[in-house]
Amino acid sequence: MSRTARLLLFAAGASVLAATFVAGTFGMPEFGGSEHLYRDLAVPAAVAHHTANVVSAVNFDQRAIDTFGEETILIASTLGAVTLLRPSREETVRRPPDLGHTLESTRLVGYLLLPLMLMLGADVVLHGGITPGGGFQGGVILATGLHILYVTGSYPTLDRLRPTGPFRAAEALGGAAFGIVGAAGLVGTGAFLDNFLPFGSFGQILSTGTVQVLNIVVGVEVVGSIVVLLGAFFEQEISVRKRSEASR
Amino acid sequence: MTALLVLSLVLVAVAATGVVLTERPERQAVTLSAFGLTLVLLLMMLQAPDVALSELGIGAAVVPLMVMLTIRTIHKDHHDRDGS
Repeated sequence: MSRTARLLLFAAGASVLAATFVAGTFGMPEFGGSEHLYRDLAVPAAVAHHTANVVSAVNFDQRAIDTFGEETILIASTLGAVTLLRPSREETVRRPPDLGHTLESTRLVGYLLLPLMLMLGADVVLHGGITPGGGFQGGVILATGLHILYVTGSYPTLDRLRPTGPFRAAEALGGAAFGIVGAAGLVGTGAFLDNFLPFGSFGQILSTGTVQVLNIVVGVEVVGSIVVLLGAFFEQEISVRKRSEASR
Repeated sequence: MTALLVLSLVLVAVAATGVVLTERPERQAVTLSAFGLTLVLLLMMLQAPDVALSELGIGAAVVPLMVMLTIRTIHKDHHDRDGS
């Protein structure tokens, strides 16, 4: 395609996009206004299902199928990245070397932060239905928390503490469990991902039915995904060498 | 409230410009992380703590770490090639 033709095609597409964008923007409610059509529908629906965190009610109950799609995207993209990062035929994996000297104070802070981060992550996952956070956020905190061990200079410890096998399994099982919970709703009430479990008293940790279950399931999957993903990056950086160099 | 909102919006704009103006990619990983933190502030101001938590984990920690590791791996490969 010639340069002129490409520019013309771009101009045609861009002008339509610009026109619809401007028209759409002017039709939107005012920024910071008090009229929210979606809120007026979502908040009563969340309260009806005893879910204090309305965002979680939207993500895991009212529009759980969107979250199912997003979790599938996370698995697929992790799989793609890990496939690209795997050691190639000219490369060899060696034992991770000692990373050398780390400041005592850095190590102290790291070892103190590790249990705190893991507790915070578990807390955010388990309270996803009633306070800000949830499976995704808590899962990310858990996975990044583990990697504090890298900052403390103990990559070999990190390598031992997170064997990739179980985390790969966790990622797959978490993703599958989301579908199973959805299918259970289909069997129980006739709607995929329906919130079919009994509700508890509002604001309690076990009040939200399947929202709680799905939060935990997503937490497991996200921990698996992020650990496997970062693990592949770390492996390339630290323990993978070209064959010629390793034989030297 | 509006003043704080404007302040955090300005902070986001300044930090984002800072990321664009950072020339070396390895420094960009650091400015990117700082930009993520200003976004977290803005999201808190907009009363979206769920999104703020996600941004804190992904934008301020995981993505800069991935960028940093990638740059180090690329440098290592260049070094190996120059050495042999």
